[in-house]
Amino acid sequence: MRMVMTGNYASAYGAKLARAEVIAAYPITPQTSIVEKLAEFVATGELKAKFIPVESEHSAMAACIAAQTAGARTYTATSSHGLTLMHEVLMWASGARLPIVMTNVSRAMAPPWSVWVDHMDSIAQRDTGWLQFFCQSNQEVLDTIIMAYKVCESSGVMLPAMIIEDAFILSHTSEPVDVPEQQLVDSFLPAYSPDLKIEVGKARGFGSLVKPDQYMEFRYKAMLAMKEAHDRILRVEQEFKHVFGREHGGLLERYRCENAETVLVTAGSVAATAKDVVDALRANGQRVGLARIRAFRPFPHDEIRSLASKLEGIAVLDRSYTFGAAGAMFTEVKASVYSCQKRPVMKNYIAGLGGRDITPKILERIFEDIQVIAKRGAEDEVEWVDVAGLPRRWR
Amino acid sequence: MTKSYQEIPLTPISDTPSTVNITGLWRVMMPVVDREKCKKCTICWKFCPDVAVKLVGGVPEIDYQYCKGCGICAAECPSKCIVMVKEGEQ
Amino acid sequence: MGKTTIPEDEFTYPGSTGCPGCGANLVMRYLLKGLGERTIVSIPACCWAVMPGYWPSNCLKVPLLYTAFEATGAAISGLRAALDVKGVDDVTVVGFAGDGGTVDIGLQALSGAAERRTDAIYVMYDNEAYMNTGIQRSGSTPWGAWTTTTPVGSSHGFKHETKKDIMTIMQAHRIPYAATVSPAFPEDFIKKVEKAKSIKGFKFIHALSPCPPGWKTSPSLSVEIARLAVDTRVFPLYEIEDGKVRITRKGKGLPLVDYLKVQGRFQHLTKPEIAEMQKGVDDSWIMLLLKESSGT
Repeated sequence: MRMVMTGNYASAYGAKLARAEVIAAYPITPQTSIVEKLAEFVATGELKAKFIPVESEHSAMAACIAAQTAGARTYTATSSHGLTLMHEVLMWASGARLPIVMTNVSRAMAPPWSVWVDHMDSIAQRDTGWLQFFCQSNQEVLDTIIMAYKVCESSGVMLPAMIIEDAFILSHTSEPVDVPEQQLVDSFLPAYSPDLKIEVGKARGFGSLVKPDQYMEFRYKAMLAMKEAHDRILRVEQEFKHVFGREHGGLLERYRCENAETVLVTAGSVAATAKDVVDALRANGQRVGLARIRAFRPFPHDEIRSLASKLEGIAVLDRSYTFGAAGAMFTEVKASVYSCQKRPVMKNYIAGLGGRDITPKILERIFEDIQVIAKRGAEDEVEWVDVAGLPRRWR
Repeated sequence: MTKSYQEIPLTPISDTPSTVNITGLWRVMMPVVDREKCKKCTICWKFCPDVAVKLVGGVPEIDYQYCKGCGICAAECPSKCIVMVKEGEQ
Repeated sequence: MGKTTIPEDEFTYPGSTGCPGCGANLVMRYLLKGLGERTIVSIPACCWAVMPGYWPSNCLKVPLLYTAFEATGAAISGLRAALDVKGVDDVTVVGFAGDGGTVDIGLQALSGAAERRTDAIYVMYDNEAYMNTGIQRSGSTPWGAWTTTTPVGSSHGFKHETKKDIMTIMQAHRIPYAATVSPAFPEDFIKKVEKAKSIKGFKFIHALSPCPPGWKTSPSLSVEIARLAVDTRVFPLYEIEDGKVRITRKGKGLPLVDYLKVQGRFQHLTKPEIAEMQKGVDDSWIMLLLKESSGT
C-alpha cells in the first residue's frame, strides 16, 4: 500500500512488518516518533510485541541483548548521544553474535548541542562489529530494515545491523513509501529461530570468560561472518527484488559511473541531491558519476577497487571527521584504492556537519574541484567545505 | 589446548560442568571427620560453599577432589567432630 | 537426626573458582535451592562472572546470561519480555549482582526494572566492596571499613561515608517484596526465596556475603560472621511486603565489637569510632522496630 510518511514512520513500519517481538527504547530527538509509533502499534495490538520503556539507551541495548539471547527478535532505535551511550553494549551485541536490528537517526554530537544531521555518531561505531547501512530515502529505510533481519539472522552472519537515517532530512520529511503487505513480508522473512538460545532445562552460560589462548578464535569467527555478510547482502537484495520489485544498489550504489572520469563517493541523503547534480553536469558534457556507500560495514572494498581502476579522480564527501586523521569514508576508500594498479587522484571534502546544508551549488563546486585536481594532482588532501573564515567560496 | 576456530561456537557458551576444575588442589588444610562422634546433624553439609560435603547415611563424606579446605564445616560442627589437619597428614 | 532442614537438591556443581570460604557461593547455593530448575540467572561483571570458571566450565545447573556491568536491571527486563512474548510463564528470572553492580553503576537499571514492575527477582550479594577487582570501596562499603581505595594510613582515611541503604531505596519503589538474608540462616533465606518466587512483580533480596580476602577474615569464619552480623544487628533479617516491615529474626543483640573484632578490615578503629558505629547500629535498629510497629 502506498503511503506518505516520514523516515521515522518508515522505520516503525519496517519493524512492525518484520514482526519485532521485543522493543526496548529510550526517547531522543529526532528518533522519538519511531518509538511513539511502535508503542502505538503495540498498544492497539497491531504489533504483537513487548515494549520495554527503558530508562536509558544503554539499558535499551542491554535489554535487547537479553531478549534476543532468549530467542526473541528485537528492535530498537536511537540517535547521537544515545548511540554513543550504547557503545559498550554495541560491542557486546556483536561479540554475542546477536542479529539485533536498530535504526540510528544520525545526528551531531555535542558540544555544541545540535539536533541536526551529521554522521559522526554512526561513524564512531565503525569498530563495533555492527553492519551499517546509510539510507538515502524513506523507502530504503523501510526496505533495509526488513532485509537486514534476513541478512543478519542467517547462520553464516549472526551479527547486528544499524540502519542509518539522516536526522530531520529523512526522519522528519515525508516521502511516498510503498508499505508491503504483511503476508508478503512473512513469505520473505521467516520467524527468528536461532540454533543456540537460553532454554530452561539446558544449563548453558552465554558470554563466558575466555583466556588469551582462545579469545582470538572467537574474533576470527566474527570477522568471517562480516565477510560473509557482504555476499549475503547482495543475495538477500536480489531475493527482495524478486518478491517486492525493488532494490537499493547493494553495498555501493553506482549512478552514471560508466565512462565517468571523476566520481563523488558519499553516503546518506546528500547522495540523492548529488544525483541531480550529476544529471545537470552530464547534460553539460562532464563525465561525472556518483557512488553511494550504502553499506559502510562491511566496507565495499572490491566494489570501490573495481570502480577506482577506471577513474581519474575520486571525491569523497564525509559528513563527519575523524580528528587527527581524515574523514573516515575517505580513509577507507583510499585504503581500498591502494592496491589498484592504476590509482585515481583522491580528495576528501568535509561537509554538512551539524546539519549544515549541502546545496547543489556546493556539490557542483566539489565536482569542479575534483576534475581540476584530477588533471593536475592533489595538493590538499582534506578540505573543509563552507566554513566561515576560510578563503574559498562554495555557495 | 586451544580449540580451532572451526570447533568453537559463535560466542563462548559454557556447557561443561565445573567439575573439570579440581579445586581440591588448592588445599593447605584438610577436614577430617570423626564418624564415631558424628551426630548426623547435617550442618556441615548445609554450610559447605563448594558442595564438597556429601551425606552418606546422614554422615558427611568430604569430596577431597573439590574441598578447598576453608574450614567452615569444622568451625560450624556442633559436636566438634571435624578437625582441620595439614594437607596429607591424616 | 540426619534430616536436612533445607531442600537437598543441588543446583550448583563443585569446582566453582570462588575463594575458600566464599559467602557468595553459599548465597547462590541457597538461592537456587529455593528456586529450582525453571530459573534463568543473569550475572553482570562481578566475582560471580568469574566463579563458574573459564569457558566452557559452568558451575550452575540452570541457564546463565553474562552481561555488561551496569546492565542487570535491563537484562532481566529483556529476559522477561522475551519469555512473555513466547508465552512462557513458569520460569523465574533472576538478576544476580554484586553490591557495586547494584548500588553504584547498576542503580539506574535496577531502579528502571523496579519502576517497570518487571516480574523478576533481583538478588544483590553484598560483600561490601568491589571485590572482583581487588577490594575497592563501593557505595555499600560500611562506614569505618578499610578497602584499597579507603586505606587507613596516617590521615585515617578509611571509609567515612555510610553504607547506602538499598532496602529503603527499594521500599521507595513500592515493590511487592524485599528481604534481607544471611547465609548463616539458610532456612530463613530459602523461605524468603520461596516467598519471592510466589509473588508476581519485582522482588529484591539483599544477601550478606562475607568475603575472606576483602574483609580480612579467616575463611572458616564466613558463616559465623554472617551470624554475628545478624546478632549484633548490623544486618538485621527482615522483609518488606507490600510496604510493611516484618523482622524475621530479632538476633541476640550482641555488642557490635564482637562483629568487628574478627575482621581485619575494622582493626584500625579506635574505641570512640566503634562507639559511634554502635550508636549508628542502635539507631537503625530502633528505626526498623518503629517501622515494623507502625505498619509502614
